[in-house]
Amino acid sequence: MSNNIAISVQNVSKNFRLPHEKADSIKSVFVNPFNKSRKKFEVQHALRDISFDIPKGEFFGIVGRNGSGKSTLLKIIAGIYQPNKGKVTVNGRLVPFIELGVGFNPELTGRENVYLNGALMGFSEKEVDTKYKAIVDFAELERFMDQKLKNYSSGMQVRLAFSVATVLAESDVLLIDEVLAVGDADFQRKCFEYFKQLKKDKKTVIFVSHDMSAVREYCDRAVLINENKIIFSGTSDEVAKEYTKLFLPDIHEAQEIEEMQKSAKKGATGGKWGAGGIDIAELSVSKKMFKNTDKDIALSYTIKASVGFADEIVPGFTIKDAKGDPIFGTNTDILFSKNKKITISSDKDITTTWSFPNIFNEGKYTIEPAVLSGSNGVTLQWWDEAITFRVINEQSTPYPVTPDIAFAITE
Amino acid sequence: MNLIAKTRSKYRYSLILLRQLVITDFKLRYKGSALGYVWTLLRPLALFAVLYVVFVYFLRIGADVPHFAVYLLLGVVLWNYFTEVTNNGLSSIVGKGDLLRKLAFPRYVVVVAGSFSALINLLINLVVIALFMVINGVPFTFEILWLIPLIIELFVFALALAFILSALYVKFRDINYIWELVLQAGFYATPILYPISMVIAMSPLAAQIMILNPVAQILQDARYFVVTKESLTITTIYDNIWMHLVPIAIVIVFAVIGVLYFKKKSPGFAEEI
Repeated sequence: MSNNIAISVQNVSKNFRLPHEKADSIKSVFVNPFNKSRKKFEVQHALRDISFDIPKGEFFGIVGRNGSGKSTLLKIIAGIYQPNKGKVTVNGRLVPFIELGVGFNPELTGRENVYLNGALMGFSEKEVDTKYKAIVDFAELERFMDQKLKNYSSGMQVRLAFSVATVLAESDVLLIDEVLAVGDADFQRKCFEYFKQLKKDKKTVIFVSHDMSAVREYCDRAVLINENKIIFSGTSDEVAKEYTKLFLPDIHEAQEIEEMQKSAKKGATGGKWGAGGIDIAELSVSKKMFKNTDKDIALSYTIKASVGFADEIVPGFTIKDAKGDPIFGTNTDILFSKNKKITISSDKDITTTWSFPNIFNEGKYTIEPAVLSGSNGVTLQWWDEAITFRVINEQSTPYPVTPDIAFAITE
Repeated sequence: MNLIAKTRSKYRYSLILLRQLVITDFKLRYKGSALGYVWTLLRPLALFAVLYVVFVYFLRIGADVPHFAVYLLLGVVLWNYFTEVTNNGLSSIVGKGDLLRKLAFPRYVVVVAGSFSALINLLINLVVIALFMVINGVPFTFEILWLIPLIIELFVFALALAFILSALYVKFRDINYIWELVLQAGFYATPILYPISMVIAMSPLAAQIMILNPVAQILQDARYFVVTKESLTITTIYDNIWMHLVPIAIVIVFAVIGVLYFKKKSPGFAEEI
C-alpha cells in the first residue's frame, strides 16, 4: 500500500447469518441435532465487493439510505466486524466515533470517566493527564468533575463525552457516524465546528451520513452505497445528486400521493376535528409532483355549512415537511389584517383558492387546511395531513426553504 | 519493523485498557456500601469465624490436622478465588456487549481484567490468612514462597476456563447455570471442608482420582507448604513425585484449548451478542 493512502478497502463482502430460531439454549442443540430439514439460518448480504482507497488528509463520505449497509461498512473499517471476504488496511492510528461516551459509568465521577473513556480509545493515563485540562475546559464542566456522572444532566454528559472524544482524538484517521450529529441545535453547531476544524487540520476522516447538506459541505469525495453495493463514487456534489435520484423512481410513493389526493378531492372524513358546523371538501393541489421549473403551487378547497349553520369564517392552511415541522401557514385574517369578512350559511358553499411560490426543498410536504370561526376564533374544522405533494429540487439547500433569489453585481 | 511496531502498539492498547478496567472494577465494587473496602477484609474474617466455630468446635472433623482452622481457611480462600475468576470471566464478554459492539479493542482484555480483580481480592485474603497464622502460631518458613507458582498455576487454570466459558456464553446462555452446578459439585468433590485423609480411609482410589483435579492438587500443595506437613499432596497419595505432572498437564491442555477457542470465536463476538 502506498504511503499516502490512509485507508484501503479491498473487495470487502459481509454476510450476516440470521438464525430463524436462535440456538442459544443448549437444549435446542441436543434436542434436534440432526434435523437437517429445518433451515437454521438465512444468509443476509450486508455488503458485496466494496473497494475504495482514501488518501491521507481527505474528508471522505459514505452515503446511503437506511439499511444500505453503510454502518456495517463503518464497523468493518473500525475492526468491530470481520469481513467474510476482502480486507481493510489502515495506515496509522484510527479512532472510531460510532457513539459518544462508550463505557461511561454513572457510578464513577466525571474525572474517572474521562480516564476510562480515554483508555477505551487507547490513551494511557499520562496521555490523558496532559490533555485533561483542555477536555474539562472544552466541556465547561470544571465544577462538576468530581461528581458522579449519574448526577449530571444528559446535556452535561453529552458535552463531556464529546469533549473527551474530540480533544483526545488527535489520531491519523477518524471514523464518524452520523449519530454524532444528533442532539440539540447548540450541540450540532459544536459538531459542525469540529468538522470544520478537522478539515482545516487536514485529518483523514470517514463520515457516514444520509444528510446530504453535511456531505456536500464537508466531504471532498464520497461513495454512494445502495443495496449493499457501491453504485457511484465521485465528488461529494455528484454523489449527493445521485443520492437524490435514488428517491425519484419510487413508484410506491407516487401511488400513495395519488391516492391521497383522490380521497382529499372526495373529502375524506379521517383526520378531521373541530367544533363542527362546516365541512372541508374537494381539496386539491395543482400537481402531484413539482419541479424547480414549477414556480407556483395552487391549492383549493370547498367549505360546506351544515343545515342551519351561519357564521363568519376564517379559512386557512398550514404546510408541514416530512418530519412534521411546519414550514409556513396562513389564513384570511393574516392575509387581510382581519379586514376581510367571509360569511357562510347552508344555502351556499364557498370555494377558496390559494396560490403560493414553490420555495420548497426536495421532499414530501403535507397540507392541513383549517377553518376558524370569525366570531369567536374557535376551530370549526382542522384537517390533519389532508393532502400530500412531492417536490423535486436539484438545487436543494440545507435550509428550511429555497426561494428564488435575485442577484446582481454593481461595479 | 512495521510488524514489531504494530505488535507493540497492540499490546500497549491492551495494557492501558486492562489497567483502567481493573481500577474501575475495584472502585465500583463497594460503591454505595457504608463500610466500602473494609468489606474486602471483613468477608474473609467473617468466613473464618464461621468455619472456626462450625468445624473446630462442633464437627471436630480435622482434629488430627494441626492448625485446622487456618488449613480450612486457606482452602476456602483459594477455592473462592477459582470460582470468582471463572464466574467473572464467564459473564465478562456478554456483560461488556455494549462496548464490544462499538469499539474494536482486543477482546481478551475484558476476560483478563475480571481475573485480575479476583487476584487483588485473593491477595487481600492472603494477608488475613497471614494474620491468623500469627494468632494460631503457625510457623513462617521460606517454603511459603511456593505459594507463588501455585497461585500462578491456579490463575492460569481458572483463566483458561474463563476464556472457554466466556466464548461459550456468547452463544449458549445456559452455560452460567451449568457452570454454577459444576462449581457446586466441584466444591464437594474437592477436599476443601474435609481432609483428604478421610477419603483415603474410605476409598484410596477415590482420593487418587480426586487429587488429579488441578484445584485439589494446588490446594493440598499450598496447605503442605504454608500450614502443615500433615497435608497430603499428590506426591504422598501416589508416592510418586512425577504424578505432579498430570494436573500440570491438564492445566496446560486447558490453557491451549482456551486460548485457541477464544481466538477463533472472538472476531464474531460483536455480531453474536
